[in-house]
Amino acid sequence: MTESAATQLATQLIVILLLALLGATAITIARMRQLWAAVMLTGIFSFLGAGWMLILDAPDVAFTEAAVGAGISTFLMLATLGLTSREAKPPTGFKPVPLVVVIVTGCALVYGTLDMPHYGDPAGHIHNYPNPSYIVKTNGAKGNPTDADGEINLPNVVTAILASYRGYDTFGETTVILTAGVGVILLLRRERRTTGQPEPPPADADTGGPS
Amino acid sequence: MNHYAILRIVTKLLIPYILLFGLYVQFHGDFGPGGGFQAGVIFAAGIILYGLVFGIGAARRVAPAPVVERLIAVGLLIYAGTGIVGMLKGGNFLEYGVLAHEAQHGQHLGILIVELGVGITVAAVMITVFFAFAGRERTE
Repeated sequence: MTESAATQLATQLIVILLLALLGATAITIARMRQLWAAVMLTGIFSFLGAGWMLILDAPDVAFTEAAVGAGISTFLMLATLGLTSREAKPPTGFKPVPLVVVIVTGCALVYGTLDMPHYGDPAGHIHNYPNPSYIVKTNGAKGNPTDADGEINLPNVVTAILASYRGYDTFGETTVILTAGVGVILLLRRERRTTGQPEPPPADADTGGPS
Repeated sequence: MNHYAILRIVTKLLIPYILLFGLYVQFHGDFGPGGGFQAGVIFAAGIILYGLVFGIGAARRVAPAPVVERLIAVGLLIYAGTGIVGMLKGGNFLEYGVLAHEAQHGQHLGILIVELGVGITVAAVMITVFFAFAGRERTE
């Protein structure tokens, strides 16, 4: 990476701006009573997060965040809003216990981060343990796929790890997604007869009456 | 949404590129950023956008629910089937090296096929969730 100082400064400014906007959006969502606007703001939050992921050199995570976070989950929230109220209930007085729980949990999380390596620390675990060994395994001694001396020789080492070295994990994850889809079908699809498109009654007549 | 001409036209212009980008992320995932999961959600987002703007009925005609629901299982079966073919060719489950004459070509082929399976399952699940939520109405 040969970046000039000006590029680095610009990147840092954009990161600070994005993180500030993320914080501002989160606080606005928490303080908002209009649920419709809050849902829209969660979509904006996801887009800002996707932009930040892109700066962190994780474009695949950014795709997913933009498509799922800003697109699909915003739609699901709106569909849910169509079934419930559009405004949150007004807060009922000040409750100290939730505040204490949140502060204690937050402090515990911040305390936990103190043990993590500093951001971008070259001595951190993620830069040492799996990374070089898998690059060498995938793409050979120089980490260059065109040398053809690795086991797989793919430029995208992430895909090689996920689909080949950890193929069992990815198989399990796909099964989880299938299970989630089956669960949604079982729980929600039963209601389709109420949506205006009359469907023929089920062929097995042992249900005995209107469900 | 019948009255929003700008929305309808912009959506019509965008959807082919969204679907094409989904396919690019799917099949170029070995070489560029992306893979099956990302491609699946992008492809599903294209269909969902179509459903949002042109109505759930139009989306159901493009992606009929029975077909989409079967595709959920088809994707996973493609993944598992790749593993089984590896076993039949004398390797372990999900060992791609035996799929072609050269181990590296086998790895490339295996990764491409299992990523396709992941992409099909993810896209089908996302579209199914969309249909399930959009099909519900308030029941008093």
